[in-house]
Order: sequence, then structure tokens, then C-alpha cells
Amino acid sequence: MTTSALALPEAAWRPAWITARAPILVVVSILLVLWYLAAILMNAPLVRDQFEREEVKYTVSELIAGTLDAERPVVPAPHQVLLELYDSLFGYPLDSPRNLAYHAWVTLSATLLGFVIGALFGILLAVSIVHVRTLEKSLLPWVICSQMVPILAIAPIVIVVLGAIGLHGLLPKSIISAYLCFFPVTISMVKGLNSPDPIQRDLMRTWSASAAQVFWKLRWPSSVPFLFASLKVASTISLVGAIVGELPTGAQAGIGARLLTGSYYGQTIQIWAALIVAAIIAASLVAIIDVVGRFTEKRMGAAR
Amino acid sequence: MAFGSSPNVSVRPVEPLRQAEKAKERPAAAGALAVDARGVSLTFQTSDGEVQALANVNLEVGAGDFVSFIGPSGCGKTTLLRVIADLEHPTSGTILVNGVSPGEARLQRHYGYIFQAPALYPWRTIERNVMLPLEIMGFDANERRARMEKYLKLVNLSGFERKFPWQLSGGMQQRASIARALSFDPALLLMDEPFGALDEIVRDHLNEQLLRLWEETRKTVVFVTHSIPEAVFLSTKIVVMSPRPGRIIDVIACDFPRDRTLEIRETPEFIKVAQRVRSGLRSGHSYDE
Repeated sequence: MTTSALALPEAAWRPAWITARAPILVVVSILLVLWYLAAILMNAPLVRDQFEREEVKYTVSELIAGTLDAERPVVPAPHQVLLELYDSLFGYPLDSPRNLAYHAWVTLSATLLGFVIGALFGILLAVSIVHVRTLEKSLLPWVICSQMVPILAIAPIVIVVLGAIGLHGLLPKSIISAYLCFFPVTISMVKGLNSPDPIQRDLMRTWSASAAQVFWKLRWPSSVPFLFASLKVASTISLVGAIVGELPTGAQAGIGARLLTGSYYGQTIQIWAALIVAAIIAASLVAIIDVVGRFTEKRMGAAR
Repeated sequence: MAFGSSPNVSVRPVEPLRQAEKAKERPAAAGALAVDARGVSLTFQTSDGEVQALANVNLEVGAGDFVSFIGPSGCGKTTLLRVIADLEHPTSGTILVNGVSPGEARLQRHYGYIFQAPALYPWRTIERNVMLPLEIMGFDANERRARMEKYLKLVNLSGFERKFPWQLSGGMQQRASIARALSFDPALLLMDEPFGALDEIVRDHLNEQLLRLWEETRKTVVFVTHSIPEAVFLSTKIVVMSPRPGRIIDVIACDFPRDRTLEIRETPEFIKVAQRVRSGLRSGHSYDE
């Protein structure tokens, strides 16, 4: 029969959802395996010392079991982190400071406010840079410099200064968050607002369009893909900003506070659980922006 | 007017029109002229020094004419078109478009410009692309829609209103851009190699459609091309240009009837005009290395 290389039907028995997700599943499994290996190797000395101090005989399997079940491990095993996550999310009432969801909300609210301030500021800055030639030369270097200063050095200053004028809690954190996240939006939007090609601009000129019309009917729609790409980056950065903003204040609440107390008391499992929650928040923010972006671009006629 | 149905094509003899001779006998008042350029020069400052894109260009385009600029790359034909459109400013000389300066002509919406690429805005559907200049010029919504429907029908694109540009072929996109340029009913159409990126079959078809459109709308057309058959087929007047510096070598009247069809390209008269264009190009050293 045919000896051609058309072997496509062979693969057809596999459900599409497996084929689509296979790469992700493989990567996740590999990471889990590596995590367990790391937990065993890193915690082994700790557990061995403990056995030796108590002068009990131990087998290899007891040693391994010990590394995956330590109270204050160097690297907690995945299942320990999951258990801690479950306990701290569902073990306490939502408004209790022992509930991780409460801390997550505190950080998320600062993140969202900071993201909105930062994104709006970033867009505004880009719009003025694009329209006023001198601003590009005078402002852009400062914009870039602003990101060369380590945020950990600036954060306490901002908190103290704002505290002195009576601002506490959410706003100072949001401002640190906004300070970090406006940057990618500005850089990307300057590029996006300048992205229409010369012919498209010449057309506007032949119709004697005003600057406002050129902006709303040409520059702004052209920059939409740039906007969403930069918002994705900005959203994760604004989360980092909010967490960093919680560190120098000795804040009582928030993921940053949770990380800080965790490290004071050697609660590694608690730290890891807080990190996982931060990662979930960041991933969700990116996913939400991605969906909104796709929807918008589809309405604007993007192919596919 | 039905095209493709006239078996006998009458062709008038070609009359040589030397630019210098024309300039002398030109009347002082130029109200009826669509374009009136006198001694127009344009020099670009580049990093390699000065480039003279146009040198002492004199040109008259009568209302209702179909004038083609032909010449090799760098002969200034696109620059001349952009000067007419107020997209470039001449360094010396005067130019009037419909009796006013190019800037005023632009503000008064005297011309529609069609570029080499359709340059439709990809986030707008075809109908919203055609209505875009109307939005900018402040036409009300009903008028915008009525005009959009009228001009899409004129370029045979009815039924594609809701499509996005990428869903149309290159030729259809360029037709949509022609509808867009016509939408605000300018007296003058400036076309910069509009069919240069299309294959020859589509191009022939669009050339015929453009002629029919020109006949129906009675607009003045200034058309830039580097295809000799295209120029001879479309034009009432062919302006032969030459590079370094960009200048006009010859102006050839080309008086085939308005309802000409593609078949005239095989007639001896057509070939004669084409030869004249070619010899003009040669005398301007357009075929030199």
C-alpha cells in the first residue's frame, strides 16, 4: 500500500486537550520532581543531625521521610506548602490576620490601585512625550533614571515622607507600586503611539485632520497592542512594588508582612505559601489582561 | 457608458507639446486649471548633501484631464505629486491648485490622495475606513453612510462593508482606498502608483475601472506611474520626467476617446504614443546605468 509519510491519522486518537497541554504538564511534572529532590537533599543534613543528636538508628527511607516532613525545613516539600496553603486559606475566618486570603487582599488592593495610577501616569507621560518634541529629550532620560534607583532604597523614604504628611496604609504602598510600573507602559506607549506608518500619517494630513483627530483615530488605535503587552508586564511589577512597599513599614498585614514574619520566626513553609499566593495573583492579573487584550484586538479586526 | 463594446477605436494624431513653448502662450489668468506650476524647484537636504528633486518644473493640468507622470525612480514624479498635495514645499517657484495655494487646496478638501499602498486602517472595517475622512471633516452620520454606500458601489465593493482589510485581496483594498479618496467628492484625484504593487491582470482590470470611474465622475486625475502602457492607456496627457535633477522632458497629448478599452493597446496609434514616451525617457538618460 502507500508508503508515504502521511502518518497523521495515527496521532488522531489522542484527545486534543492532551496534545495541547502536554508540554505544560511535562514541565510541571519535571519541576515537581526537581522540587522533591531539592527538598530531600537540602533537608537531609538537618534531619541526620537530629537523628544523631537523639542517638537513634535510622534507615534511608526514614531519613527521606524525615526530610519531607520537617517542621522548619530549609526547603519545604510541595505537599507541605499545599497543606499550609489550605490551612491558612480555609482554617481561619476571612477577616482574621491569620488567614492568608486576608493578607493577599491587602496586597492586591494596593497592587490594583498602584497599577491603575501607574498605567494612567505612564500613558499620560507617553502621550506628552509623543506630542511635545522637547519632552522626548528632556523627560525621557529622567524616566529611565527613575528606574536605575533601587526601589528598596526609595521605598522607606516614600513611606516616611508620606507618613509625615499623614498618609498611611494603602496609598504609600500604591505609590511605590505605581513608581515601578509606569515605566514599561511609558516606553511601550511611546513606541506604540509612534507606530503608524508614514502613509497613514500623510493620509491624515491630506484630510487636514487636527492633532486630536490624529491621536484618537490613528495613534491611539495603533498603540493598543503595545498597551496590552506593557500592561501585562506592569501588572506583575506593580505586585512586586506593593510587596516591597510592605517590607520597610513593618506592616501588620499583606504578603510582604507575611514574608517578613515568616523569616523572623524561621517559618519557611509560611514563606513559601505566601510566595505561591503572590505567584497566583500575578498569573491571574496577567491572564485577565491577556483575555481583555485578545477580546479588544479581536473587536479591532485582528486576524484569528 | 459601456466599455468593451466599441469595435472601432478612433485615434487622433499625437501633438507634440513642448513645455517651454506652452509656457510662453499661456494666459495670465489660470482659474480653470486644476494644477498650474511655474518654475517649481525643490531641493532636499540630506546627509550626503543637497539633492535636487525638482528643477524648474512648469506644468499645466486642465480641469477634467487625466495626466500621468512617467519616469524612472528618482525623477521627482512622486515629489511633484506631493508638492501639489502640500505634503512637500517647493524651495522656489509658484504652484496653484484649483486656483489657490496647495495649502489652501488641502484645507478646502480639493483633492483626494491615493498612495502606492492602500493604507487602510487595519482596525476599521471597510465601511468605517471609507467613512474615516468624512468623520474627520465633520459630515453627519446619515451623510457618511450614504456616501460610503455610493462610493463602495462605484468601485464594486458592495457587500464587503463589514469586512476587515486583511480579508480583502490587494486589488480590492486599493479599490476601497479609491472609494475613501472619492468619499468627500474632491475635484482632483492624486494617485501615486496606486496599482504598482498589483499583478498585471488585476492591474489591467483596475485600469479599465479607473477609466470608467474618471468618465463617470468627471474628476481631474494626476497619476504617477512607471509603466508606459499604463500611462498611454489611461492618460489624456503624459508628462515624461527624468532624474538628476528631476525635470520634465516632454509632454505628450494622448487623445484616445474617453471610453477606450484595453484593446486599443494593440493599435498602431497606441504603439506610436508609447514609442514617443520611450524615446522621451531615453533622451532623459533614463535607460542609462
